Amino acid sequence: MTRDPEPLSDAPAVAVPTWPAPLRTFYWLIRRELWEHRVLYIAPAAVAALGVIGTFIGSLHLSNAERAARLADPASTYDYMEPFGFVAGTVFLGGVVVSILYCLAALHGERRDRSILFWKSLPVSDLMTVLSKAAVPTLLMPVIVFTLVVVAHLAVAALTSLVWLANGFDPRLLWAELDLPFLWTVLAYGLTFMTLWHAPVFAWMLLVSAWARRVPFVWALAPLAAIAIVGRLAFGAGPTFSHLAGRLTGGFTGPFTVGSRGEAPVTSLADLDPARLFGQPGVWIGLLVAALFLFAAIRLRRSRSPI
Amino acid sequence: MSCIRARGLRKAFGSTIALDGVDLTVEAGRIVGLIGPNGAGKSTTLHAIVGLTACEGELEVLGRDPWAQRGSLMHDVCFIADVAVMPRWMRVGQALDFMAGVHPRFDRARAESFLARTTIRHASRIRDLSKGMVTQLHLALIMAVDVKLLVLDEPTLGLDILYRKQFYDTLLNDYFDGDRTILVSTHDVAEVEHILTDVVFLDRGRIVLDASMEEVQDRYLEVVVGPDRLAAARALRPLHERTLLGRSILLFDGVAREPLAALGEVRSPGLADVFVALMGGTQTAREAA
Repeated sequence: MTRDPEPLSDAPAVAVPTWPAPLRTFYWLIRRELWEHRVLYIAPAAVAALGVIGTFIGSLHLSNAERAARLADPASTYDYMEPFGFVAGTVFLGGVVVSILYCLAALHGERRDRSILFWKSLPVSDLMTVLSKAAVPTLLMPVIVFTLVVVAHLAVAALTSLVWLANGFDPRLLWAELDLPFLWTVLAYGLTFMTLWHAPVFAWMLLVSAWARRVPFVWALAPLAAIAIVGRLAFGAGPTFSHLAGRLTGGFTGPFTVGSRGEAPVTSLADLDPARLFGQPGVWIGLLVAALFLFAAIRLRRSRSPI
Repeated sequence: MSCIRARGLRKAFGSTIALDGVDLTVEAGRIVGLIGPNGAGKSTTLHAIVGLTACEGELEVLGRDPWAQRGSLMHDVCFIADVAVMPRWMRVGQALDFMAGVHPRFDRARAESFLARTTIRHASRIRDLSKGMVTQLHLALIMAVDVKLLVLDEPTLGLDILYRKQFYDTLLNDYFDGDRTILVSTHDVAEVEHILTDVVFLDRGRIVLDASMEEVQDRYLEVVVGPDRLAAARALRPLHERTLLGRSILLFDGVAREPLAALGEVRSPGLADVFVALMGGTQTAREAA
């Protein structure tokens, strides 16, 4: 056989040979997920872009008088922050939705299109594969959301400044009010907590994805719905119902000192309370449950064949 | 150490018995054909060997337990299930990147040089390639991995004859070096006959024949007999008898050449004829039962 001294491809050989083998494999597994599921970053990016456009239009039809009025009243500075918080919230929500859809497809799609036989023909363990898929919503997505929100915030601030300049209004006033590093600190902190809080949800979706032969979406929701319905009727809006609902939707205010119902805005770093974050049994129980679900998913993937 | 050593492999799917006590030993450097009708247990055997399915009995591949140690075993084993398993969303360039990333024995330059002989482009998505091209790609990836054992499960299923021939020619010319072991399953005997060193016939989860090609040649003889000598020929207890253009062709197992030569023209049967003779018997028994 004739060997070519040079690769024919113009694609650069990726230089990560010094990494320990498992890390290197993990890195390529994550890249693989991003190749297959481009929606993971495209959808949140689209949400961020919409947020920037919406805020920009909003800043256009604000009169100078209104701008001045809001700046004059310190109690209303929150209004300037509001679009920033809203953009962050919607991008985060977009990330959660895509993560859930991703998890439901992650171990199901490879069986449906038979590619599991290809993946399993490579020296990559089921443990490594499932962990890489679990890392997408829990490690990768927070980074994607954080990055997109930072970029969106900068874009919103820059566009608003331009609008102010065009109207002859000094944008430095805006920047004096706007504390982006503070926002981003709160965001990073909140993302960390929400990821821990949602971990069992993602792990459950991955487990169903590895188990279901058809319609993983239905199988993922059915037991939750059954528990919720029976729990609601048997015990009222009591422990089971509120706990499930809280696991899916709640938790946002958990790690902050501003009260359990989120009525007050987070206004200073003093409102961040890591003791509450790590002191909640719900977080630890959730992580334990997530670990059990992942363990089951790994076992299932080992014995699963194409469907 | 044998490359593959299996003792009493059993596997049932519900009430269907896929493997019913398979004993198999494959030495390094052989090209073994695993041949049987559909549903004979070929895929189950191969899946057990590459750690995709658990089964009862003892199984050791390159000194490892495939089910417990699939991840590490696949450093030394390559597996092509069939043509449809390459992920359809992937680009050719991504497949090369990924293989280079996760497989320590993958030689990217070698894969590139195989691909350069084809019309496959790096930017193409696998879903846009023809079935034959996907097989070429998969083969190029696999042949660039320096492994000890290559397991092929009906690798040419659904391909047209040009690709099928090219597949096995490439494998033999550019891959097989005498040290490597190849285990290939097929239900098309003629397709692989010329490349095999050993052959295993499998039927309903049991091994019907396990022999080297030389042994097959020594053991089985075919005699073309005219009607006048048919009774004498039948007295020698042929394994199988068929009629072609008014003459009878009788296949014998372990009968010496001399007495047969007296009856008519003696020749070595094709592997397909031996296959039909051995399997046809069980087929008849199956129908009678």
